[in-house]
Amino acid sequence: MSDTFTGNKALEIHEPLIFETGHVATTGVDVEEPAAFESRLGGHARKTPIDLPGLTEPETMRHYVRLSRQNYAIDLGLYPLGSCTMKHNPRLNEKMARLPGFADIHPLQPLSTVPGALELMQELSHWLCAMTGMTAVALSPKAGAHGELAGMMAIRAAIAAKGETRHVVLVPESAHGTNPATAAALGYKVESIKAREDGTVSVEAVKEKLSADVAAIMLTNPNTCGLFEPEVKAIADAVHEAGAYFYGDGANFNAIVGKAKPGDLGVDAMHINLHKTFSTPHGGGGPGSGPVVLSERLAPFAPVPFLRADGTLVERADEAGEGEMPFGRLTAFHGQMGMYVRALAYMMSHGADGLKEASEDAVLAANYLKAQLADVMSVSFPDRPAMHEVLFDESFLKGSGITTLDFAKAMIDEGYHPMTMYFPLVVHGAMLIEPTESESLPSLDLFIATLRDLARSAREGDTARFTEAPRLAPRRRLDETKSARKPVLTYEPPAPYQEAAE
Amino acid sequence: MRYHPLTADDRALMLRSIGVDTVDDLFTDVPAGHLVEGLLDLPKGRSEISVERALSRMAGRNRAAGAGPFFVGAGAYRHHVPASVDHLIQRSEFLTSYTPYQAEISQGTLQVLFEFQTQVARLTGMEVANASMYDGSTATAEAVMMASRLTRRTRAVVSGGLHPQYRDVIDTVATGIEVAALPADPTNAEDIAAAIDDTVACVVVQTPTFYGHLVDLAPIAEAAHAAGALLVAVFTEAVALGAIEPPGALGADIAVGEGQSIGNALNFGGPYVGLFATKKKHVRQMPGRLSGETVDADGKRGYVLTLSTREQHIRRDKATSNICTNSGLCALAFTIHMTLLGEKGLSRLAHLNHARACATADALARVPGVSVLNDTFFNEFTIRVPGEAERVVERLAEWNILGGVPVSRLDPSAPGDLIVVAATEMTTEEDIAEYAEVLGGLK
Repeated sequence: MSDTFTGNKALEIHEPLIFETGHVATTGVDVEEPAAFESRLGGHARKTPIDLPGLTEPETMRHYVRLSRQNYAIDLGLYPLGSCTMKHNPRLNEKMARLPGFADIHPLQPLSTVPGALELMQELSHWLCAMTGMTAVALSPKAGAHGELAGMMAIRAAIAAKGETRHVVLVPESAHGTNPATAAALGYKVESIKAREDGTVSVEAVKEKLSADVAAIMLTNPNTCGLFEPEVKAIADAVHEAGAYFYGDGANFNAIVGKAKPGDLGVDAMHINLHKTFSTPHGGGGPGSGPVVLSERLAPFAPVPFLRADGTLVERADEAGEGEMPFGRLTAFHGQMGMYVRALAYMMSHGADGLKEASEDAVLAANYLKAQLADVMSVSFPDRPAMHEVLFDESFLKGSGITTLDFAKAMIDEGYHPMTMYFPLVVHGAMLIEPTESESLPSLDLFIATLRDLARSAREGDTARFTEAPRLAPRRRLDETKSARKPVLTYEPPAPYQEAAE
Repeated sequence: MRYHPLTADDRALMLRSIGVDTVDDLFTDVPAGHLVEGLLDLPKGRSEISVERALSRMAGRNRAAGAGPFFVGAGAYRHHVPASVDHLIQRSEFLTSYTPYQAEISQGTLQVLFEFQTQVARLTGMEVANASMYDGSTATAEAVMMASRLTRRTRAVVSGGLHPQYRDVIDTVATGIEVAALPADPTNAEDIAAAIDDTVACVVVQTPTFYGHLVDLAPIAEAAHAAGALLVAVFTEAVALGAIEPPGALGADIAVGEGQSIGNALNFGGPYVGLFATKKKHVRQMPGRLSGETVDADGKRGYVLTLSTREQHIRRDKATSNICTNSGLCALAFTIHMTLLGEKGLSRLAHLNHARACATADALARVPGVSVLNDTFFNEFTIRVPGEAERVVERLAEWNILGGVPVSRLDPSAPGDLIVVAATEMTTEEDIAEYAEVLGGLK
């Protein structure tokens, strides 16, 4: 397989597991030995060995630097994951989050010693409410799905406060999986709403499902087909008429910041993914931050902790005053302060003008890709303008023997991270492309040229370019079936070693 | 705007290619009258220098932990983070990558997660661990819901030694589960085994407790198992597991906790990293992502996200949890720090923490009117002070001493004269002496 003695290829260096190279007696941290003292561990002192290998500092550096080089990243290239908003992560934000006054403060030190932290939270709340046209914000949710939970629990509490019980939540089939999962986690029955031919939800389809048993609709707008829901206001009105609430999934907020306010469109609650729209880094899967903005009708039900308009922080439900009916607490402490700092640094850097420009450039870039690719790839919903992402399906690959997965893997060989695949579920072999505002025109043009070349190869029957891909990545395609059938989730030493140890 | 590469000429060219005149022609689906005219009522964009000034001013208004004696714990701990940890987590390839769905170009993250899972499983003495949750409190609530699915029972008995905010989170989030919370237990007097019967899905016990006491989990596990219930063992200080018997060795079915204290800064409460470990036989009911070993088309070892059929993006309303984004980068910080420590370093670190806490407890116990409630503890304990704890803590802060957490701030049902006090390897002898002196002098 390999031409070299080591199996390495120049800068591409194989890296074993720490469990294969480290040793329990090795450490990269020098720890001071305390003077003799009387232990208070009682009978609880550890007797069972942990079997945790350590590495010295130079070995540790190499281990993680080598591993890092097997990852794709925004800083390496275009990362067109639809609905994930992989935009540039400014390093100023990292620097600000590491100021000791933000990073080295404890959530439970006296509030009198952290006025600057409360000021930052208040300022962030102001920006979020101004951008969304909403009344209040619950900052504490730890990620988008956690924000959904917060918003839906506020809705449940508001319904209960009216002395009602409602059991159904409407979710369009194009929604993210977190929407139905959230509704189900709260005990709601999920009813799906079909999309129209043009990829949007019609007010009629919603009205058909509305009843006195419907608690809410969870609608993503712009939706995951990359379209702004043209009947969103009429849908909101119908939902409100039925005594239900409108939960907006803010995953795609990046298209409309500074262009349209969800509050004006009838949204009652919407989470905002600070790690998408406001560029806190994705970090290989997290952490995120999912503040939820609330309409006037839901504001009283915000969970603790919440900030009052006067800047005081309410930490316990029993401290609630007149008109405050917090539904509970979603997490220990105050949420993702480290992310608040980064997001506010991003917002202040952009300002009202830069935020608007970001949305416009993101939408412009997506529509440019659509225009430049429409003749060689199949745009699923060509008739409406795309928002910040554009949806293709695999019909242009029909008869080629090449699937969306193959196409995506061939992009890897060309130096690109694939787009979001097989989502949303409303078209066959979905390819959801979101370029974001961070790409230059030459970068977009090279990406377009690459996709055009791949489409040409597919047309001309060069299937190996796809079905064999990726050929140049650190790994070829991995066997997911094997991993699911016989899961190996932790390192286990090879059998002979185990026997010898026993 | 310094982050936007498109020029005015680029934009004009792109609009022509699309076939529209202005960018607003792309927003025609926004209902009439709802397109924002002009700019939002927010300040204009600012230079890097200007933003840095504004935020530094806000940061400067906070009293950083490192600016004087510091004894605050209760679920978040100030430990030393080696410089290499923060350097490595800022590698672009870790910081600016997404969830590793495209395994071929995400082996770095996937191998890191596989190593993280192995470290967490070994540290807790459990068989498997996931790739992280948001934090300890949400991990605990998820564990309760998982126990309910596994036992098909809907009652949870929660110890009075559990962090009060963790209890509040279970109460709020665990829909359809009746939470029987025992009263606050500052003196470690509760008999939780007596509260277990055959309607109980799980019993939730924290050790060291919120008040710092060490609890023998073994008899509780035995009583739970005899009733067909599960033991959910909780910890908020992962360093403690370097010094005390792990939950897995004492019969825990699910072990959850906060991993912040290894590799992660205090950050005023987040982002942190929830640890979640269980037995192999329960893995298909576990929430969250998992990295699993497999091979690629050439037979080379590699890693993929696995058992995804538990998760929301596949199973939607039938998923084990709605969690999607987790705490990847905090898990990376945890695993790098743990790799640097190794068993030897972790044991020494835990020993030093215990030593500092013992010294602190001894010094405070000598202050007239102050008593230490704990016979056993790891690196934090509870003191009873004359007068209101919240007021005492405020007075100490006036002397630039952050002396701990008044229990009543989190749990109004608990006595008002208790302070949870933590010490770590960061605590110096001078800090301890100053704390004792000032506490003794408060009027």
